[in-house]
Amino acid sequence: MIIGLDVGGTHTDVVLLGEEGVLRQVKVPTNPANLLDTVWTGLQEVKAGIHPKELDRIVLSTTLTTNAIVEGKLVPVGVIVSSGPGIDPEAFRIGDHYHVISGSIDHRGREIQPINVSEIESITSRLKKQGVRYVAVVSKFSVRNPKHELQIQETLGDDFEFVVLGHRISGNLNFPRRIATAYLNAAVYPIHKRFFNAVRQSLSTDGLAIPIHVLKADGGTMNMDASLQYPGQSILSGPAASVMGSLPFVQDAEETLVLDVGGTTTDMAVLIRDAPLLDPVGIEVARYRTLIRSLKTVSIGMGGDSAVSVAGGGLRVGPERMGRAMAYGGSVPTPTDALFVLAKDDRGDVDAARRGLEPIAAALGKSLEETAQLVFDTACHRILQAAHQMIQEINGKPVYTVHELLEGYKVNPKSILVLGGPAPFVASRLRELSDYKVRTVPRWEVANAVGAAIARTTCELTLFADTERGIATAPEEDFYQPVKSDFTMEKAVALAKELLRDKALREGADPDDLEMEIIEQQQFNMVRGFYTTGRNLRVKVQVKPGLIRHSRTITQKLNEDLTAAGTGTTGVAG
Amino acid sequence: MLTAPRKLGLVFFPAFDWAISPTHPEREERLLYTQDQVFEEGVLDIEGIEEFKPDLATMQDLRRVHFCAPDEWSVVTESHLISAGGAKTIAMSVLDRKVDRGLALVRPPGHHAMRVVHGARGFCNINIEAMMVEFLRDAYKIDRVAIVDTDCHHGDGTQDIYWHDPDTLYISLHQDGRTLYPGTGFPHELGGPTAVGSTINIPLLPRTSKEGFLQVIDGIVLPILKEFQPELVVNSAGQDNHYTDPITNMNFCAQGYAQLTERLDADIAVLEGGYSIEGALPYVNLGIILAMAGLDYHTVREPDYDPVKIRQSEDTTQYIDSLVGKVIEYWRECPDILEKNRNTKKFDERERTIFYDTDNILENQRERIRVCRDCSGVLSVDSLTDRGYHIFAVHVPRKACKACQELGREWFETANLRSYDRVFLQDRLEREYLIRKR
Ligand SMILES: [Zn+2]
Ligand SMILES: [Zn+2]
Ligand SMILES: [Zn+2]
Repeated sequence: MIIGLDVGGTHTDVVLLGEEGVLRQVKVPTNPANLLDTVWTGLQEVKAGIHPKELDRIVLSTTLTTNAIVEGKLVPVGVIVSSGPGIDPEAFRIGDHYHVISGSIDHRGREIQPINVSEIESITSRLKKQGVRYVAVVSKFSVRNPKHELQIQETLGDDFEFVVLGHRISGNLNFPRRIATAYLNAAVYPIHKRFFNAVRQSLSTDGLAIPIHVLKADGGTMNMDASLQYPGQSILSGPAASVMGSLPFVQDAEETLVLDVGGTTTDMAVLIRDAPLLDPVGIEVARYRTLIRSLKTVSIGMGGDSAVSVAGGGLRVGPERMGRAMAYGGSVPTPTDALFVLAKDDRGDVDAARRGLEPIAAALGKSLEETAQLVFDTACHRILQAAHQMIQEINGKPVYTVHELLEGYKVNPKSILVLGGPAPFVASRLRELSDYKVRTVPRWEVANAVGAAIARTTCELTLFADTERGIATAPEEDFYQPVKSDFTMEKAVALAKELLRDKALREGADPDDLEMEIIEQQQFNMVRGFYTTGRNLRVKVQVKPGLIRHSRTITQKLNEDLTAAGTGTTGVAG
Repeated sequence: MLTAPRKLGLVFFPAFDWAISPTHPEREERLLYTQDQVFEEGVLDIEGIEEFKPDLATMQDLRRVHFCAPDEWSVVTESHLISAGGAKTIAMSVLDRKVDRGLALVRPPGHHAMRVVHGARGFCNINIEAMMVEFLRDAYKIDRVAIVDTDCHHGDGTQDIYWHDPDTLYISLHQDGRTLYPGTGFPHELGGPTAVGSTINIPLLPRTSKEGFLQVIDGIVLPILKEFQPELVVNSAGQDNHYTDPITNMNFCAQGYAQLTERLDADIAVLEGGYSIEGALPYVNLGIILAMAGLDYHTVREPDYDPVKIRQSEDTTQYIDSLVGKVIEYWRECPDILEKNRNTKKFDERERTIFYDTDNILENQRERIRVCRDCSGVLSVDSLTDRGYHIFAVHVPRKACKACQELGREWFETANLRSYDRVFLQDRLEREYLIRKR
């Protein structure tokens, strides 16, 4: 059996999955001040009476690191960067301990200027004096040659608790994002470590020495050891959980829009058949742009708890949230209250909801029911509009070859899968308001936790070879191998897949569950003075984001639930 | 996070799957290291820099500018249409005010492509700047345009297309034609009889460095631009003046390009040449992007940059001093020459031999223009190649007078199809582009 747990802003959802599908589902209120307590309560409830031997693994998706970043509760991090020619690295200053040092490497990975060890020694002693225990080391083009980052790490010695090296984070080029990503990984390390050690200890006192996995923003999982190396990858895994939870319900050969309508926001993503679309560069969180691999998701400030008000004679819904719906004891009317007025929901205080919308109706000069309908429709329209915009943006992405431009693949989803609190009501209205085929995800209330539970371990690897320089390198893996001029694309792909396999297994993948694919493959002949002097090869491979193999019986069961509930629009899971 | 003081639109189309030939300077690899640098510097994350996907240029875009023989598809590939389309996309982003400035880093280039196209000249088949400008004239009612060509080679194609157009100021700075392809672009080349002074040529001595380029910008280009009062300034931004460029002999550098870009302050820049793909392009392109966006570029330089080693000689500085005086003097005389032409000539003719170095074609042209008092004059071109292909082409200018338009129509209708393989009409006034075939 598998436990999936997803910490949301308001609720934490926990599910217990077995061969027969969802065996148990639990919702506990999230206590942001004590997430460990929240997680613990959820786990205790879901596994009550289950024998430890029956549990295979636990997958957690938490907002812990995300909250720390958003709230600026980050530990001091020493950031050491070397740049060389280009944009002034002062532009990327981050944190209170940012140091620019000499040394430079060019786009081919050639050393242009060596680093100066005495500079680093003096920074080391300064950081120590200041009590800084976490360090991020980043050099420009380190993914083409990590030499300087490794030298700096060596000079730093053993005096720091955690040192993040830029080239280990991602094979993608982007120096400012590499700096921000290395910084964030170092800055959330202690809180991530403390939390997961606490979860592990609590479980083992319960006799549960089972593998703990962490959900990543790209919809894959990693084991705890890997997550301690790269705690930043757990940032913003919430939307990924919902997307993975929708995956079993995609109907073949179509593109699907996934909408997770939550309390504060609606998160949207696109599935191309059974593969979620990934962000080409990396996630953006708070004001930080990073190289953290993630699903392409868009989040708008429109959810069940969005504040409803009248501004300039017109109705305004969102984007801010001022507490819960009045039907649940809040003080500001929301779209959820509108659903109560429309008698679509009755699990709260209907009178409070009506009281909340009355002044709005008066200001608009409409009846209470008309107003409620308007509030709800406004929310639905905003969601559709944002979805349309996201699809346009995806299709407007620049391309760099004649072939890509002429064969330009366009995303054009015809169906929508909805999950989250008000899923059935939103789904039925969207069906009326648009041409989409709209369905709810079975178990829409906890589909995110299901998604976390059944997500497979994923990772990505970039291999770069330059036969003129005679090297092949996979920076994330600290892999470096001399190659001869006969190093072909075929060999590069084989090598990349071999390295990817090792990485995936180390991060907790099941050896029988490695669906590897090439996501980028480029080859250039290097010509100098009319003679071919070498080949420049770039290969990027990944374990495809997807569902674990033995989830098939589970998802089959969930699909049967879907069939049993007819169109799946009003099926309320119990 | 960096924020650009000026919004910059960028079209980046490196055409990673297109080359003239595997070892040609114009090959797949050319913008590869630029892309690496641009990506690594995080340029596309800068607030205010927006990347656009290029549109494909259309046949109509092509017909506004060129007479393609025997037809369009014989002289272009999709790659050319994307490159020209990229220039068009970036221009639209500027004129639609989505951005303040636009830069198209596209390939292949185009400034050696003339009005008549039988094949490729100097790696160029179609003139991407001219196609962009004529599109803007039709779509946005733009009239006066200045094109400043900072490629190391004389932009003889752009000069040819705008030779008779008084509303397009074409200024080219380049390595002296006696020392470099295509061998043209001397200060006395000032434009056709009805457009004298709308072409300005500034030949520079080999090994001219930053000081010389900036002196020419300040002493010639900016004063003439100021007087011309263009609605739009376009930079044909060739990057082959660089001290590491393998096919030229100049001593310009990334800092120099950035400073030139800042002073010129063009609305739109379109990449032309530049073949030092590793040592120059990544740094020059970065410098230009930052300068156009109004961002600090003082830390952008080549890894091997040594200003002392590339400094221009005293002789070069003196040459430029006198060149600035000479060009300005020529240009001041232009209004009188123009007036005299209109008073003394009815028609004017010129005969030329044009060599298509890339495709090895030799073309003989006889051009005839009506030196009109009311407009820039209707133009005909009789063009015969050494392969025996013969065409007759008529260009009716955008602001043609009634008489010129009628004469152009008559030339087109009455041209003897027994003598020509094709007869073309490019009526820019009626926006009609016609072909008569044998
Ligand atoms: Zn030029
Ligand atoms: Zn050139
Ligand atoms: Zn006329």
